[in-house]
Amino acid sequence: MKSLSRLMAVMRKEVRQMRRDRLTFAMIVGIPLMQLLLFGYAINMDVRNLSTAIADEANTHLSREFVAGLAASQVTNIEYRVSTAAELERMMQAGEISIGVAIPHDFDRRVADDTRAAVHLLVDGSDPTIAGIADKLRNMPIAFDTSAAPRKQGLIEVRPYYNPERRTPMNVIPGLIAVILMMTMMLFTAVAIVRERERGNLELLINTPVTSAELMIGKVVPYIAIGLVQLALILLAGGLLFDVPVRGSIIDLYLAAGLFIAANLALGLFFSTAVKTQFQAMQLTFFLMLPSILLSGFVFPFDGMPVVAQYLGEVLPTTHFIRLTRGIMLREATLGDLPGELIYLGVFAIVATTAAALRFSKRLD
Amino acid sequence: MTRELAIRARGLSKHFGSLRAVDKLDLDVPKASIYGFLGPNGSGKSTTIRMLCGLLTPTDGRADVLGFEVPEHSKELKPKIGYMTQRFSLFGDMTVAENLEFIAEIYSFPAAHRASRVDELLEKYDLTEQRKQFAGTMSGGQRQRLALACAVLHHPELLLLDEPTSAVDPQSRRDFWANLFRLAEGGTTILVSTHYMDEAERCHRLAILDHGVKVADGSPRQLQSSTGMHVVEVLADNPYHAQTALINIAMVASVTQLGVRLRVLIPDSVDDPLALVNQNLQKHKVPAQSRIVAASLEDVFVAVTMNPERRAA
Repeated sequence: MKSLSRLMAVMRKEVRQMRRDRLTFAMIVGIPLMQLLLFGYAINMDVRNLSTAIADEANTHLSREFVAGLAASQVTNIEYRVSTAAELERMMQAGEISIGVAIPHDFDRRVADDTRAAVHLLVDGSDPTIAGIADKLRNMPIAFDTSAAPRKQGLIEVRPYYNPERRTPMNVIPGLIAVILMMTMMLFTAVAIVRERERGNLELLINTPVTSAELMIGKVVPYIAIGLVQLALILLAGGLLFDVPVRGSIIDLYLAAGLFIAANLALGLFFSTAVKTQFQAMQLTFFLMLPSILLSGFVFPFDGMPVVAQYLGEVLPTTHFIRLTRGIMLREATLGDLPGELIYLGVFAIVATTAAALRFSKRLD
Repeated sequence: MTRELAIRARGLSKHFGSLRAVDKLDLDVPKASIYGFLGPNGSGKSTTIRMLCGLLTPTDGRADVLGFEVPEHSKELKPKIGYMTQRFSLFGDMTVAENLEFIAEIYSFPAAHRASRVDELLEKYDLTEQRKQFAGTMSGGQRQRLALACAVLHHPELLLLDEPTSAVDPQSRRDFWANLFRLAEGGTTILVSTHYMDEAERCHRLAILDHGVKVADGSPRQLQSSTGMHVVEVLADNPYHAQTALINIAMVASVTQLGVRLRVLIPDSVDDPLALVNQNLQKHKVPAQSRIVAASLEDVFVAVTMNPERRAA
């Protein structure tokens, strides 16, 4: 009982101080909206090595030659060979591949018939730049296509999945949710403890009966609420301004966001216990912010990055949350489709919280 | 002394690397008294106070505070002590009343009496008008009253005050001490650190710290009567000349100028200190009058903190 009332006291204090800090309050609302507008415009990049699965239903000499040509282009990295086009769709839904190549059983005949497309290219349009490279693939020179006259219908027909009109905001906003939450959550909590240390409040607080856990939780809970409000704000503005849908379950999205927010807050708290000044806390946060933006698949398609960068990206919670938001919002995936990402976020949150609690002691030495 | 002790420390030490911030400190603080720590900056006052409330782990030694060993049992101790930090440590972006209410909640002060306790403290510490003012915008004296009100809100048995008056004017200091005496009369034990002599003089007992070592302790009167020094006051038209005449005598432990007067400390071992001073003044042809006076607390401080060779002269 006493513990709960002390916890409530800390939370009330945090909310009160937050409300009075007009700049912070403005940032809570302002950052998401500004970013949303800024990133609402295109970011297109040249890419290679997109993970690809091939369903070669024809399996003829000609189709194998086509696949070899595709592999040689280096844009795709053929990782899987499956038997049906339906399987390609399932893999794309689960985020395992970015491109699916479906070669119908009558491939040879279609190649001869210049009014029909011979190959269907399934493209994951929920990733900002993958859609853009489809054009490149379509115009890929293929060895056996020697006819001088241009075909009425291209050899390859592109079917962009999830984002047929290829609008960039569709691609950017799910990732933007992750980036905005990461930035605000981590920054606010990173300075939370160290600010009180700098102002001298901490010396008073640790001399009262309030426990470390009460202090930590009391500081974090108000920010979780803020994170969820920010999410609502971005979804609302994204829907109104850019027509970005939430195709999957909104509950799934909020559950995933809750876990992601917890992971970031825990990391922020850990930073806060590790540094001595607010300035250091901010530097640490920015140190993590850039990789979270650049290596998480938000700007560059994850598959297109060098292997080392991919390893680094896998460590960042943002990477995993972006996969979740894109999956849920655009590909209508459920949490069950992406269990690995959820597990990583959960483990990350637990490890970081433990580390923060261990580091924070009610002593000064 | 048969009075119960609020604090009993033996051999309390704190080292930061090679720095001995506090070195083998023994301390007996009787209950319901005001105990002063007098010492220059860096003498280990704050470090000692922090060890006593469990904020710092002693490198060596033990301390018993209100019957609890620190830092092992500092958790049980927290609700019984009030602590006023050297720096203002309340929330500047909250009002006076909000700060008090927060402290009341943190100490689980019974909800039914919270509002009346806050009103009572505002009244007692003359903060009723500032009730809705942000703590960050108040004057030094007001902040200090608020800090004291917060420290005593939960009726602590022991108050630890770390240089509470370093940022306030003399009138505020007097009022502050009036409040401390009232609290001590009510049974609260108060440990207060200071570097002001006039404040040290008000304490029931005090310890003088120098470079982490307790160099003297006792009541102010005891300390003044046991300096081991004669104090000769010299009144001269040209105190500078008088000082030059006296400073290099082997038997003189220290010469301090106070306006046109000099206070000359001479060890007890010298039989006729007045003659020693007068002879030397005449030798240098400095016109002056001199007389033996009682030691002030400042003389005590100078005497106990000087290096041992000069002290023995």
